Amino acid sequence: METIVVEGLRKRYGDVQALDGVSFAVRAGEIFALLGPNGAGKSTTVRVLATLSRADEGRASVAGHDVAREADAVRRAIGYVPQESGVDRFGTGRENLMLQGRVQGMRGRDLRARVDELLELVGIADAADRVVNGYSGGMKRRLDIALGLVHRPPVLFLDEPTTGLDPEARVALWKEVGRLAARETLSILLTTHYLDEADELADRLAILSAGRVVVEGTPVGLKSELRGDAVTIELANGRADDARRALIGADAPVETALGDGRTLISRVDDGGQALPRILAALGDAGIAVEWVAVSRPSLDDVYLHYTGRDFAADDRGE
Amino acid sequence: MIVPRHTWFMIVRQARNLLREPIWIALLLIQPMVWLILYGQLFKNVTRLGGFGTTSYITFLAPAIVIMNSFFGATWSGLAMVGDLDRKVIERFLATPASRLSLVLSHIVRSALTAGIQSVVILLVALALGVRVHTGAVGWLVVIAVAMLVNSAFAGISQGLALLTRREASMITLANFIGLPLLFLSSTLLAERQMPHWMRVTAKFNPVNWGVDAARDVVLPGTDWRSVGVHVGYLAALCIVSAGFAHSTFRAYRRSL
Repeated sequence: METIVVEGLRKRYGDVQALDGVSFAVRAGEIFALLGPNGAGKSTTVRVLATLSRADEGRASVAGHDVAREADAVRRAIGYVPQESGVDRFGTGRENLMLQGRVQGMRGRDLRARVDELLELVGIADAADRVVNGYSGGMKRRLDIALGLVHRPPVLFLDEPTTGLDPEARVALWKEVGRLAARETLSILLTTHYLDEADELADRLAILSAGRVVVEGTPVGLKSELRGDAVTIELANGRADDARRALIGADAPVETALGDGRTLISRVDDGGQALPRILAALGDAGIAVEWVAVSRPSLDDVYLHYTGRDFAADDRGE
Repeated sequence: MIVPRHTWFMIVRQARNLLREPIWIALLLIQPMVWLILYGQLFKNVTRLGGFGTTSYITFLAPAIVIMNSFFGATWSGLAMVGDLDRKVIERFLATPASRLSLVLSHIVRSALTAGIQSVVILLVALALGVRVHTGAVGWLVVIAVAMLVNSAFAGISQGLALLTRREASMITLANFIGLPLLFLSSTLLAERQMPHWMRVTAKFNPVNWGVDAARDVVLPGTDWRSVGVHVGYLAALCIVSAGFAHSTFRAYRRSL
């Protein structure tokens, strides 16, 4: 069963083609990550799915309802946790949750019990009756998530849930999300520009780049599609063409070159075994090496492999 | 029934936030008294000029201060909307089945209720200063109702401008820009007979003056109920137009997302 189906979404803001034909599907009960650098179209996609924005073209349905034609049904079926918290800072945590439940049509004892349960679940019960302005960043984020869950929606959108949190709070929130997904019957669509976050949390993911899905799959599956280990070589004095020839001879052909061509990445079956061979070949050709690194495939490599670009550089908008 | 229900929820939210600010409550109650006492003293002897319908300037002034105060309050009401937009509170509700109309309407009604409370305070202070409402209890209710109508009419405009500009600085500049001119182009402080001709003509088109005329008419002797009715009708019509304006700017805002 698929809870979210997205087909060919396009949206333009002025000169910017934010979405350029985005398609993917999320299955019931899974955590699905939209991974991509800043400006790839992740938030825009989620905003269309949460009925806040309308796509220019394409179709999308959430929990069986079309986002454009049955917006109110979609709104009842989703919890939307935006990148920038929409919490009322001058109200208490409990007041925020009660109001959210009321506009979702809950009332009375059921609502009060649910609010108590959520305050406990996300770990802010002690601060429930304090004004949100005094909360820490991590506590605010937990309240944001609780707000999305009040009406027990089958689908939760988490837009960049850990951006702006310190590393400790980030890891704590990951645990929280994993726990929630297990406890509540939920499909979670998560957007992130942290590769490790997608790797840690997602059952499946789609990589988004310049308004398109580049590849979709499981983190393990995507990484295993990349044959073997990556060997990254930083040349001391350039001569990239000679180095490429030498590496072909060493049975470690260059897959990608980064920056000004001084950094070469080869893919080999076993990095540890290939390294002496590579260094010998470069040495024989008289090419000076600054440093060498061997790494197991990561989502960084997946991104690089499918887009031909460096994730970190894209994220900084270079 | 979803609109009144959700409007009420949103009013409770805004009111609770305001009640957490003791300074706001203090000023809410003190400011109108300051108007009444300062202007009352400053222009005390002006009734000798004639045309005021009473020799007691404070009696002439009190209903007009009620209206002026509620008009000023309305011109600032859009600031709360700008705050909600800035803090993404509105966006959060837009991703829920919350009534769209209630999100704007609640700001207008909250503003009008605040003006209603202030009006009662001003009337009580006026009573203590010796002001007697000629038409009695009915007159009190009319003054309060007219004050709330004036407030709603301008609050709708203020909400619309807030949704168009989405900037606090623009809102404050606009409020200052229209506030004092509309006050002086009305008979709030001086009898119509003492105003220059062109101002008297202009005042006929000034909604603040409609409110002042209606409120003063029930306070002073010789109440012309037909005139009160006409002014109330004008104000009610303006309320509908300005609420429509606010609603359409809200739709434009939603489309821009």
